[in-house]
Amino acid sequence: MKDVAFGQYYPARSFVHRMDPRFKIVLSIAYIVAVFLVREFHFLGFAAAFAFIVIATAVSRVPFFKVLKSVKGILFFVIFSSVLQVLFNREGTVLAEWWVIVITDVGLLRAAFITLRIMLVVMGTAILTLTTTPVEIADGLESLLTPLKWIKFPVHEFALIMSIALRFIPTLMDETERIINAQKARGADFESGNLFKRIRALIPILIPLLVSSFRRADELGDAMDARCYSGAKGRTKYKKMRPTYRDFIALALMAGLIAGIVLLNGVLGVPV
Amino acid sequence: MQIVAENLSHVYSPKSKFAVSALKNVSLTIDEGEFFGIIGHTGSGKSTFIQHLNGLIKADKGSKKLTVGEFDLLDKKCDFKKLRSKVGMVFQYPEYQLFADTVAEDVAFGLKNFERLSEEETAARVREAIETVGLSYEEVKEKSPFDLSGGQKRRVAIAGVIVTKPEILVLDEPVAGLDPKGKKEFFALLHALHGGFVKTVVIVSHDMDNVAEHCTKAAVFENGEVWKVAPPKELFKEAETLAEMGLDVPVTGYLAARLAANGVKIDTDFTERDFARKVLETYRRAEEGR
Ligand SMILES: Nc1ncnc2c1ncn2[C@@H]1O[C@H](COP(=O)(O)OP(=O)(O)OP(=O)(O)O)[C@@H](O)[C@H]1O
Ligand SMILES: [Mg+2]
Repeated sequence: MKDVAFGQYYPARSFVHRMDPRFKIVLSIAYIVAVFLVREFHFLGFAAAFAFIVIATAVSRVPFFKVLKSVKGILFFVIFSSVLQVLFNREGTVLAEWWVIVITDVGLLRAAFITLRIMLVVMGTAILTLTTTPVEIADGLESLLTPLKWIKFPVHEFALIMSIALRFIPTLMDETERIINAQKARGADFESGNLFKRIRALIPILIPLLVSSFRRADELGDAMDARCYSGAKGRTKYKKMRPTYRDFIALALMAGLIAGIVLLNGVLGVPV
Repeated sequence: MQIVAENLSHVYSPKSKFAVSALKNVSLTIDEGEFFGIIGHTGSGKSTFIQHLNGLIKADKGSKKLTVGEFDLLDKKCDFKKLRSKVGMVFQYPEYQLFADTVAEDVAFGLKNFERLSEEETAARVREAIETVGLSYEEVKEKSPFDLSGGQKRRVAIAGVIVTKPEILVLDEPVAGLDPKGKKEFFALLHALHGGFVKTVVIVSHDMDNVAEHCTKAAVFENGEVWKVAPPKELFKEAETLAEMGLDVPVTGYLAARLAANGVKIDTDFTERDFARKVLETYRRAEEGR
């Protein structure tokens, strides 16, 4: 159970892995914006965005199929939305017609466009999660959200909650497995019976899990107290985040991508 | 019921880069009536092995044989539910599996899963189980299991396992975290059970004193393989090999080694009583000789 792609982090030492997580987060957002900037049916813009992913993957030393696999999770959604587009979009020239279903060239193009857009966005963010540990992401977010302190938003606590939650997911998964096994050994059956029965069968798992979560929370609180944790004030970092030449190279590449997409939008004023 | 494993293998998360070969061609026979110890370094596959015994973990395809009495665990049609009522399993820190509102309900959980009994029969069996583990039924039956002390919780959890009267009782480090008195009482309880409906006890333990004191036989696991199966009195003679595997011998073993280094050979089975008797005999003989 431990290996289910939670935190799909792919350990390696590469250009991308060693980038500042803050830059990676911001660049991922910029990348999403870039993909959405591509004007309808300008598939060349997508080609540029895809090239960016290929380059980023290559320098990150993550096998390319890992990036491709990230699309699997949203495959259903992608297929569903493109089927809807193909079947019900009525703009453009009609290619085929049957009962209430009309297939048009614009419908097909739009389905392809939307599919590509979603896939590119997902693959782009996958590179972030594949090369950045959840803790780094939490740290990066904390730093990026610092301005929110002005409106009294507890940024540090927010980031702490996130890292603790992330840290305990594998622990809780182990624990769940252990409790499931213990109850199975006492004849618990989670696989048969109607829905109501199956939900009831979860009680012997959920209650011990809840109890032990509270126990852990207590222990963790005590441990933090014992080590004089007192919130964000005066707290220093073990791992300082510092931008390096890598981050600026990546930034320049991203600026290039966005400029390229905007140019393509303008040059090819008319849809392809 | 006899437990027979032949070339039993298990790989966790096969075909991924996280693959761990936890058991490699383990062959082991545990006869009925045995008080069987399983020892080994951490990560050597002990827990993985015992969870095969009631089908919580399924053996890999290449495994040759795994039977518990008449149950063939490699057979897809094996009735695992029935098997689990015959093979009781007590995990490490069993008190963490308690969940019900009252002690009586929690103990009855397994019984209700396995057997259809009338309410009176269930109550009678629950009473029997709770009293077997040394608690007063009247006192605890209506209590919330979460209001009990740690030791009491563990007893309740064990009552919840033995309530189905399993013929084989498997325990994974059952005395971890108990105080010395609690440990003694626990083993007394195990021996009492072993004389009753429980025919075979299989116990994983890191405490070699307990193994020497209580087990009739023990298997040493090393890196997913069985290194040796022998009665403790033979096993602990190989102190050096055990030390290489990161394992201890009982205190009596260390004392015997000390004496041997000073020219006093004591041939003991490593239980405290036997060791003390042999030392006394040697001492008396020396006295007489003088
Ligand atoms: N659920 C699991 N998923 C993946 N690997 C596991 C799992 N459980 C155990 N392992 C691995 O299998 C190997 C054997 O583990 P096992 O729990 O059987 O050891 P053990 O002898 O019981 O150790 P300990 O004395 O620490 O309890 C270890 O390398 C462990 O990391
Ligand atoms: Mg174990």
